Amino acid sequence: MTVVDQPVDDAGVEATPEFEAAAIRQESQRGFLLALPSYAYLILFFVVPLVIVVVYSFATRNQFGGTDLSGWNFDSYAKLGEPIVRAILFRSVWLALITTVICLVIGYPFAYFLATRSPRIRNVMLVFVMIPFWTNFLVRNYAWRVILGNNGPLTKTTEFLGLGEQELLFSQTAVVLGLVYGFLPFMILPLYASIERIDSGLLEASRDLYANGWQSFRRVLLPLSMPGVIAGSILCFVPSLGAYVTPEILGGAKTTLLGSYIVTQFLTARNWPLGASLSFVLMAIMLSATLVYFRKGGQTL
Amino acid sequence: MSSAVEPRGWTKAMLHANGWLVYLFFYAPILLLVIFSFSASRNVGTWGGWTFDWYREFSDNQSARNALSDSLKVAVFSTVVSVVLGTMAALSLERFTFRGKQVFDALLYLPIIIPDVTMAVMMLLFFSEFFDAINFVFGLNMRKGFNSIVASHIAFSISFVSVVVRARLAGMDSKMEEAALDLYATRWKAFRHVTLPQISPGIAGGALLAMTLSLDDVVITQFVAGPGWTTLPVYVFGLIRKGVTPLINAISVVMLIASMTLVVLSLVLERARGGTGTQ
Amino acid sequence: MTAAVELTGITKRFDDVVAVDNIDLEIADGEFFAMLGPSGCGKTTTLRMIAGLEFPTMGSLKIFGDEVGTLPPNKRPVNTVFQNYALFPHMDVIANVSFGLRMQGIDKKVATASAREMIKIVRLEGLEERRPSQMSGGQQQRVALARALVNHPKVLLLDEPLGALDLKLRQEMQGELKRLQQDLGISFVFVTHDQEEALTMSDRIAVMNDGQLLQVGTPEDIYENPANRFVADFIGQTNLLEGTVEDSSTVCLANGARVHAPSAHGSGTKVAISLRPERAHIRQRGDVSAGETAVDGVVESVTYLGNARVYGIRLDFMGMEVRDENRPGAMLHEPGSEIAVSWETSAISVVAD
Repeated sequence: MTVVDQPVDDAGVEATPEFEAAAIRQESQRGFLLALPSYAYLILFFVVPLVIVVVYSFATRNQFGGTDLSGWNFDSYAKLGEPIVRAILFRSVWLALITTVICLVIGYPFAYFLATRSPRIRNVMLVFVMIPFWTNFLVRNYAWRVILGNNGPLTKTTEFLGLGEQELLFSQTAVVLGLVYGFLPFMILPLYASIERIDSGLLEASRDLYANGWQSFRRVLLPLSMPGVIAGSILCFVPSLGAYVTPEILGGAKTTLLGSYIVTQFLTARNWPLGASLSFVLMAIMLSATLVYFRKGGQTL
Repeated sequence: MSSAVEPRGWTKAMLHANGWLVYLFFYAPILLLVIFSFSASRNVGTWGGWTFDWYREFSDNQSARNALSDSLKVAVFSTVVSVVLGTMAALSLERFTFRGKQVFDALLYLPIIIPDVTMAVMMLLFFSEFFDAINFVFGLNMRKGFNSIVASHIAFSISFVSVVVRARLAGMDSKMEEAALDLYATRWKAFRHVTLPQISPGIAGGALLAMTLSLDDVVITQFVAGPGWTTLPVYVFGLIRKGVTPLINAISVVMLIASMTLVVLSLVLERARGGTGTQ
Repeated sequence: MTAAVELTGITKRFDDVVAVDNIDLEIADGEFFAMLGPSGCGKTTTLRMIAGLEFPTMGSLKIFGDEVGTLPPNKRPVNTVFQNYALFPHMDVIANVSFGLRMQGIDKKVATASAREMIKIVRLEGLEERRPSQMSGGQQQRVALARALVNHPKVLLLDEPLGALDLKLRQEMQGELKRLQQDLGISFVFVTHDQEEALTMSDRIAVMNDGQLLQVGTPEDIYENPANRFVADFIGQTNLLEGTVEDSSTVCLANGARVHAPSAHGSGTKVAISLRPERAHIRQRGDVSAGETAVDGVVESVTYLGNARVYGIRLDFMGMEVRDENRPGAMLHEPGSEIAVSWETSAISVVAD
């Protein structure tokens, strides 16, 4: 709809293509002006910082730990190939993958269960899934720190069960546990949305055509819920890969992951160019994952 | 779903069990944390009898209280700005076409998918350069502090708010705005009387989201905070790295209750509005 | 008398697509006028241009003599009933109905009083405090009507208002709309793709296709004398017997038979003879009355409709249908019978593309 508010007085004139074009232009301008504040804001406070990161990634670390922007080189990218960095990258990707798979295995049945309840129960159950999701992320990680620590409830329980003292804290297991805890809702919600959209008549049709439960799942339910699976997987993998708080609290010094490594470059090791290049690589991975999702015709989240 | 296709027997039992276990998984740590915050034992995680000592310690602790008020200031300020900007952005994308719209649309998605570590690095580098430049040009002595924290929070919140409001706008029949104009409303009145009431749940949701994101944030704030400014999560995070103490338990529970209150509040609000028969 | 709505040379282009192609139209005051055509024919776009929800690319649009084509909708003395009613869900019925009055600056008390009266007229009394979501489709439609009419528009525009209703309700509302229009005395401009609806309710119909105005006339005009092939085919049922014009009174059918069919088309024009199934008769071969034209055919099928029988006939160059009312004493024809189909000359129209 193109609407012009005032330029014409109450007596109209005959329509012409020029008038129409002017009206469309005015409408377009309105839209642009509405968008302008956020647009400008994001350019200044997002695009520019991004460019600066890229610039820094080509800079050199001078002897005092500052950054020398004059000499441009690929040093920090070369550093990415070093064994230490590669090890950290692999470990981070591996843990993110494990987290995603666990979330999928636990989350899918849960999402299905949720989607097949009656509408009223469903809403209540959804609310109760959302509540932990909305509570403070730091606190949720800290809770696990308390549980898994020495003399904490976990060791007490395993002692009680005769399994001996189990210390899970400061291990990769603890980190995965924390990541799953943090991101399971991100897997459940898109899965639930996707499954809920599926016409239950399709599953009935599959039964009518002699498929058993497993076959119905594999050949009807799973393919149809694939958009949800992909969305949920990306929503779990991406933050897990860049996680910082969880590994710091639950992982300890033995497990250095990408997030912590990047932060160290800026706080202690003072190698800003390396930190910049690592951040950039992290973002590139994220962007490609998202692009893959959209290419596969994913719906907007 | 008809009972003929519902899983039976073993599968059904597993599904139900999985469901309950997930809920247990979600809530047990939180409940345990709350319980232990009342434990009189110096050893976090062991039970030593009831006490409110840790909460008292929290209310006496000046730095903790400062961090709390700083957090609130930052959250409120950044929420207000990002809600206004985000709503305008959503309106422009859903109701108008203009040159560069697709670029803007894509740009708005970036802060959502970007990992917060990368964003922290971006903002750190940006403010170092930015303040250097400003101080050089204008002879000021600006430093990182409230401004940089708020500016960063706004940067990521705008996108989240706009996504929520856009969903609301898209779900609304745009013919209603046409109907309003047909009934002699001006553009502004149509917005105020027809569009705004219908997207206000979205705006409220977006505000809640922005607030939560701001109060939750650790890494970005840590990187861009200046001397004398720290938010509660960053403060707590620092404490945790130094060593776990019961005080942290108490602070955590307070933060927990605060965020839960926000959630419940928003649900109540949505009930109140939803009860009026909107879709 | 000034026309209520006058369109001259109205064209609407969306990028490369011509949605409405240079149409001239006059709608009289107090007329129940329908715009009829298939989806995408431009009827809704035309209606929206009258409402002001679209600007014409070119042309003159006058309402009671005033040029309004470039005015926004809130400056035109017309109101619209939208297809899905577009009621404001967060307002109750009174607030919805009085909205237009309030937007014009009318005092709240006065507006509410007028709204209540209108609500009575559309027979929704007692439902003033309800929300749209608490009402049935039919009730919502009346709210939409009241909301538009309370502003005393000079012309009321309706965009497929009955589409969302079930059959019985639709028929009921058709009658009510007609009554309402006659009581109020203003023009109703009505867009629909349902030709039966248009025929039942309108004083005049404009048939559109592909952005073009094909014919404007009373229901009888359109039905009995369709202007071209599309109109003949779109309105009601018809058989189109293909052929070519030989001279001003003869058409040569596709099978070579020459039949008496007066027309104004030039010699050699490709035409079709439009023959409605109910105007065709089945006769024994050779037993054709004077004044009737006949072609030979074979009965292929009989379909019993309760109030009529439809015979599927195979002529040597095409198939066609004949509809016989189920009256006592009507002759029945078996499949396989060799018969002749005949018609009076006044029953046919010769139409070109």
